[in-house]
This record gives sequence, C-alpha cells and structure tokens, in this order.
Amino acid sequence: MIQVHNISKSFDSLQALDDLSFRVNEGEIFGIIGPDGAGKTTLFRIMTTLLLADRGEISLNSLDVVKDFRSIRKIIGYMPGKFSLYQDLTIEENLNFFATVFNTSIEENYHLIKDIYVQIEPFKKRRAGALSGGMKQKLALCCALIHYPKILFLDEPTTGVDPVSRAEFWEMLLSLKESGLTIAVSTPYMDEAGKCDRIALIQKGRFLKIDTPDNITDQFHLSLMSVKSDSMYPLLKDLRKIEGIDSCFSFGDSHHITFQANRLQKDEIESILRTKGHHNIDIQPIKANMEDCFMDLAQSEESLKGEP
Amino acid sequence: MTVITAENLTKRFGDFTAVNHISFSIKRGEIFGFLGANGAGKTSAMRMLCGLSIPTEGTGHVAGFDIYSQTEQIKKNIGYMSQRFSLYEDLTVKENIRLFAGIYGIKSREIASRTDALLQKLGFMSERNTLVQRLPLGWKQKLSFSVAIFHEPKLVFLDEPTGGVDPATRRQFWELIYDAAERGITVFVTTHYMDEAEYCNRVSIMVDGRIEALDSPRNLREQFHSNSMDGVFQTLARAAVRKGD
Amino acid sequence: MKQFIAFIKKEFHHIFRDTWTMVILLLLPILMLILFGYALSTEIKSVNIAIYDPSKDSLSEEIIRKLESSEYFNIIRMLDSPFQIEEEFQAGNTGMVLVFCENFYKNTLSKGDAQIQLLTDGSDPNTAVTITNYASGIIKSVMRKSFASNPDAIRVNIITKLIYNPEMKSAYNFVPGVMGMVIMLICAMMTSISIAREKETGTMEILLASPMKPLLIILSKAVPYFFLSCINLLTILLFSVFLLKVPIAGSLIALLTVSLVYIFVSLAIGLLISSITSSQLVALLLSGMALMMPAIYLSGMIFPIENMPRGLQIVAQIIPAKWYIVAARNIMIKGLGFSSILKEFAVLSGMALILITISFKKFKLRLE
Repeated sequence: MIQVHNISKSFDSLQALDDLSFRVNEGEIFGIIGPDGAGKTTLFRIMTTLLLADRGEISLNSLDVVKDFRSIRKIIGYMPGKFSLYQDLTIEENLNFFATVFNTSIEENYHLIKDIYVQIEPFKKRRAGALSGGMKQKLALCCALIHYPKILFLDEPTTGVDPVSRAEFWEMLLSLKESGLTIAVSTPYMDEAGKCDRIALIQKGRFLKIDTPDNITDQFHLSLMSVKSDSMYPLLKDLRKIEGIDSCFSFGDSHHITFQANRLQKDEIESILRTKGHHNIDIQPIKANMEDCFMDLAQSEESLKGEP
Repeated sequence: MTVITAENLTKRFGDFTAVNHISFSIKRGEIFGFLGANGAGKTSAMRMLCGLSIPTEGTGHVAGFDIYSQTEQIKKNIGYMSQRFSLYEDLTVKENIRLFAGIYGIKSREIASRTDALLQKLGFMSERNTLVQRLPLGWKQKLSFSVAIFHEPKLVFLDEPTGGVDPATRRQFWELIYDAAERGITVFVTTHYMDEAEYCNRVSIMVDGRIEALDSPRNLREQFHSNSMDGVFQTLARAAVRKGD
Repeated sequence: MKQFIAFIKKEFHHIFRDTWTMVILLLLPILMLILFGYALSTEIKSVNIAIYDPSKDSLSEEIIRKLESSEYFNIIRMLDSPFQIEEEFQAGNTGMVLVFCENFYKNTLSKGDAQIQLLTDGSDPNTAVTITNYASGIIKSVMRKSFASNPDAIRVNIITKLIYNPEMKSAYNFVPGVMGMVIMLICAMMTSISIAREKETGTMEILLASPMKPLLIILSKAVPYFFLSCINLLTILLFSVFLLKVPIAGSLIALLTVSLVYIFVSLAIGLLISSITSSQLVALLLSGMALMMPAIYLSGMIFPIENMPRGLQIVAQIIPAKWYIVAARNIMIKGLGFSSILKEFAVLSGMALILITISFKKFKLRLE
C-alpha cells in the first residue's frame, strides 16, 4: 500500500510537485496520467527513495520513504522512464546481474516472470542494445520483477513503444496484478487510463482529479458531441466560430465540441453548418473519453489559477 | 501532382531485408500517415526518402528528384522534424528560427519579417527571446514544426512529432499540420497515436518490411471490419513474424 | 560478496565489449610512452666531440681510437688546454668533451683513481644523458678488455658533468611522467565516465533503488580499473625498460608500492568527479582538463617546478602526479631506496586517505 501525504517538491524556481496526496491500495493498478513535464518522474523518484521531497510524507507498506529507505529498497521494483538496461550485456546477462543485485536468482522467482520471459528467451544471447523497443520493455520489466517486489513502480513504461507492444505490456500488467502486486504506473497516453483501477490526472505538478476511470468520464459535466462532415479542417474552423460552443478539437475521424447543456441544440448546429456549405454532416451526442476529461479539467484548472 | 513516388523500394543490411519492395505515391498537399510497429522498417524507409541512405533496389522520386543521384536537391526541398532532435535548447526562439532559415538560404530581410509573422501566429511573441529549453514541450514541438516548414518545402517529414505532448497541445499541433497541408505542403508523418492516424488523408501500415495496407482510414476500417484505426493496426501488426529486432 | 563479484564481472563486460575503451586502455599508455620517448630523445648518431688528453698514453689512445671508430661519435678536435673546453661548448658544435687526467694509464694501475670526465651540454639533458651513457659504455669495454686478466684492478672514475644544467633536471622524466599521466587517466577518467554512463542510461536509478549498498557500488566500479591500472603500470615498465632502455635503478618493490598508492589516489579522484557530474561528457572534460593538464604541466614532468612562478609552485604541491613523479624518478632513475621517498609516500597516502573518505561521503544515497 502506498500512502502519499501533501508532497511538494521544487527545483530552483520550478514547482515540480504541488501538494499531492493519494493512496494506492494493495493489489491495485494506479495510473498517474499526464503529459511530459507534468512531474510524473519526480513523483516516482520520490516514491522510490531516490529524491527527497521538500514537504510531505510517503509510506510504502507502512515504511517511511526517508527513514526506512533501506528496507523499502528491498521491497520495491522500479523501472525508470529512461531505463535502457545495459546495452552491451545480453538479455541473460542483464537479468542475471539484476537478480544478483537483489540477492536472488532467476530460478528463484521464475514463476513470476515466466510468462514475460518466454517471449524474449529465444533471444537471450542477444545484447540488449540490439533489441526492439517492445522487447527491451519486456526485459526491463523482468529485471524489475526478478526479486518478487511487493510494490512495482513503472515510470512511463510504454512511451515510444508501438501500439501492439503497448497492448501486450498492459496484458502483462493485468496478469501481474493477479499475483497480488501493487502497481503504480505513469503514462502520457490517455487511452491507457482505462486499464488502471484508479488514476490520477496530473498537469504541471498538480492533480486534476483522482478517481476510477469510469467515474472521471461519467462526471463530465458539459454537453459533448462528435461532428463529422466531408471537409474536416474547414469544419473545425467553422465550428469554432459558432457562438455557444466552448471548445472544439479534432478526435480521430470526428471533431468533439463541448457546450453548456441546453445552450445549443443538435439541429441548430447542423443548420448553421449547412449554410456554411458542409455536406454529409453527422452530429452525435457522445460519452466523454479520458482526453475530453483531461482537456476540460486542465482548462478549468488554468482559468482557476487566472492564467491564459 | 505527385510529390513522392516509390516503386519496389528495398533496403537490405547484409541478409536482413529492412524494407521489402514497397511502392506508393503521395500527392501534393496530402497528409500521409506512415505507421508500423517498432522494427517494421519505417525508419529505414524514411531515411531513403530523405536522401540519407541509398536504396538497395527499386526506384524513388521525392519532390521531383531521384533518390539515388539527387539527394542534395532533395534535402533542400524537404523539411524534417523528429521528437528527438528538433531545436537548439540553448538558443532563443528567435535565434533558432534565424539559424534554420539561414541554413536553407532565406534572405535576412525576409527572415525578419516572416519571423514576426510566425511568432504572432503561434502566439509566441512574448517568448521570442526565451531560451528554447525553458519552453513547455508542447510549445517546443509547435515551434520545431514551424521551423521545419519555414522555408516552405514541398514536403515535410514528421517522425513521431507528438510523443508525450498534452492532449490539447497535441490537437493544436495537428491544426498546424492541417494548415500546412492546406498551403500545399505534403506531410509525411509517423505516430504511435492511432487516433492521429485518423487525421491523415491516407495511411500505410508496414509489417515486417512490407506495406500490408494502404488506404484512407475510413476504407481501412471497413476493409478490416474494425471501428478504429487501433483495431486495424493491431490486426495487422500482431501477425508480424519479425519481433527480435 | 556475490553481488560484488557479479558487479565486477559486469564491469569487465562493459570494458571488453567496447572497442574504444579497449583501445584507450591498452594502446594509449604505449602510444604516450613512445610519443614522449621519441619526442624527448633526439637522434644521437655522429655526435661531435672534443678531447683533452694530457697523458697521451696507450690506454687513453686506445679509448680515443674506439670512440673514433664508433658510429656515435665524431672527434672534431683535440684540445691543447683545459681552457679551451668552455670555448668549445660556446662555439656550439660540440656535444661532449672528454677529459683524461694526467698519467691516466699509470694511475689506473697504481693508485686506482684514474679519472675521465665526460662534459656534456646540459641544455639538452636528454641527449646529454644518452651520449654519456654511450661514451661510458665504450670506455668500460676498453677497460675490461685491457685488464681482462685482472678485472678487479680496474679503478676508473668516470665523472659525468653537465654544463649549464648541472642538476640534470628533466632527464628521463618522461617515463615516470607518462606513468603518472596514464594512471591518472585510466583511473580517474574511466571510473568517472563509467559511473556517469550509468547515470545517463538510468541504470544508476535501478541500482540506487535496489538493496545493493552504495558503498559496494563504488567499490565494484573501482576494482576493475584498479586491475587495469596495474596492468598498464606493468606494460609501461616493460616498454620503458626493454624498448626505451630506461633502467629501473632502484627497488622494483618500492616503485610498485608507491604506484599502488598513487592508483588509489587517482581512483578516489575519479569517484569524486563522478559524484558531482551526471553526464559522460562533463566527466570527460572535467577529468581531461582539471586533471590531465595539471598532471602534464604542473607536475614537473615537462617544466621544472623550481622555474615556475611562486603561485604555481604552491598549486603544484597539491597535484598528486607531482609527488608520484618525484618518487618514481628517485627510485627508477636515481636508484635511491625506499627511505628517499618517505615524504612522497606519506603525502600520497594522506591524499589517498582523504580523497577516498571524501568520495565515500559524497557518494549520494539518492539522486541529488
């Protein structure tokens, strides 16, 4: 179990983390989701005893990250964001090395990494530097798991990895969760939020929201519609000119517009667009996804702070 | 008018075929999404098209120039931006624009006037003398894209331009791309965000060095009976044999 | 202990698998030695010499004949009086003047204190030493032949004397100097870079977040480079003895002992650098600029410390290479015993102790 109370950290003039508190329950996958520079890595380093916070307390399974850092280092597994293993060692050598560092052997906890390791085992004599992103990621996960940690910290494990490897990686995490591991994971990909039990959305060192993914998307308070037509880019510009629409962004094959409920009707929008010369207009009320929520929450946070 | 044509383009490294007989053509002003898993051969293919590596086999023309013999002219007529290298962090916004515009041989007076116009458009006027390293990532990426097309190239290559950028800025970034395409600049883009694939006019998906699918996102979704590009991608890429590289 | 061994094994993998690291580790010392060796030693064939021989007996004439016939020497003038010696050097085309004592042969036989003076131009000390070595070699061989039946009877004092630079300042300095430089380079630069590399690739984060003791991490970083430095030390010694003909006049054990202490100092400096830098480039520049430059220019290897401005003389005292070079020179070149380097040994040990303590203290348990 991870308990974080009022953590703040600044580097020179930059406030990296601003009064963060949350709690990760045993056997839970907790996602910390936000763009680069939001403070995810700093938070992970503080949780893994690598940095000291300016203020606040963190305990992992009732051990304090400052006082009991030695004991904590025995029970956590950590995969840093820029972790690239030892490029000049083979898969097998890397794994053996980390096993020894953690006072264990590959055989001892093989059952935990087996499902992952069999995928890379055929290449075990290959140097880590010659592996694809997805394979490196699997090896790194094996290395972080080799000592059977109680709590696993994964800092942006899927960044720069293709969608297939990303999907595979999440499947692995879900099966690890089955074995009782507590997992804290960060990612800039909003679409990965749904794989977590609970998430915290983070922006500029502050949490925008902590809740289950479903609760967050359910609580979206604006009217949200998707709009399509034959010429999407002009459509985007035209939608932005319509009075009453608060925001308009493209989302894949359609644009999402938000507005205060009851200020606009679907037919109204459609007729305005038709007069602007759009064809095959398709407007549908939709349920918000995580990106809609993030953008809305980030927007409100900014206006709250009185910044542009 | 076609800006890129490739026919049976192949690149081998020893007995490893990184790119295996790929063929396609891209029209002026088109936004072309170039997708594929890590190690599918995207980077090797892109290097050949940028004039940075000579193909083993096949023919190709970029911006009207031959990719074997006229690589210098190709480099003058394209823009390039990647997530890793984009701008000099220890130069200011204005200095970066000046530097890159100068590299492409734009006259000083023109640089000055167009720099101001660009800064206005991006809303960066107040930050023009800020060091690039102090800008938020999203701003850097927007600036770096604008710098890549500052010399009005016929074609711009974007290599995972939006990795790690927040959702709102990611969309603003794509609006810059739309804007460039509208002005006739062809955009060749790789991305790991499948929703971004939907923004493209056409998308190709590479698997094991071959192009396994090439069409508009809508047609691809229909062809593969999926309701998202992610589904299409997963179907194709999961069939890949080549995983070890 | 298992962790420690695994770590060291891993470190050797890094070293052996990187071609450039290997090149730097193995070839650089030899390259430097050869470079400095030949840069400082000039061609010594056909050196012009002058001779003052007041005795003119059979033995002195035999020696002169042998010198004449050797490829190294050209006798350009026989002097008539000792007052012409100075004049000869000032004219500038004589490299050495040979002065026999009066009644040379007779003195050899009876008193046993026959003298030959070899006067050389000390402004080029390296050449001067080489010339005198050759000349005394020839003289000794003549003597041995002439007294073959009774070798114990040979009593000749060959007195070598450098004109203009009587203390023979930088002769042979380059071998101890190169040892001082190479050891500093291998230990300090390589250790600091290899630690900085772990920080750059993020593996240091893993190690720090693991139960492995930070002390163990640095120790196991230092051990491989300690071994490599020892190997380098031996290569340099072998090369200098067999290729460059620089003798180890004094005790080899004393030389190795002081070298080991110096290696510890260098390792500690490397660890210290790595604790304040996080990129390989900065580690390289810091160890290159902040260590190598002073080790070359302020250690007395090339420029005598006595000739430096006062400020720099003081700075030179804190440069480990300075103390090491003095000690190595005393043992290797001057053939002095361990007692002659007690001061240097003490200073280096003190430095090692202080630096190792500081670098252990400074090594962070966390990232900042």
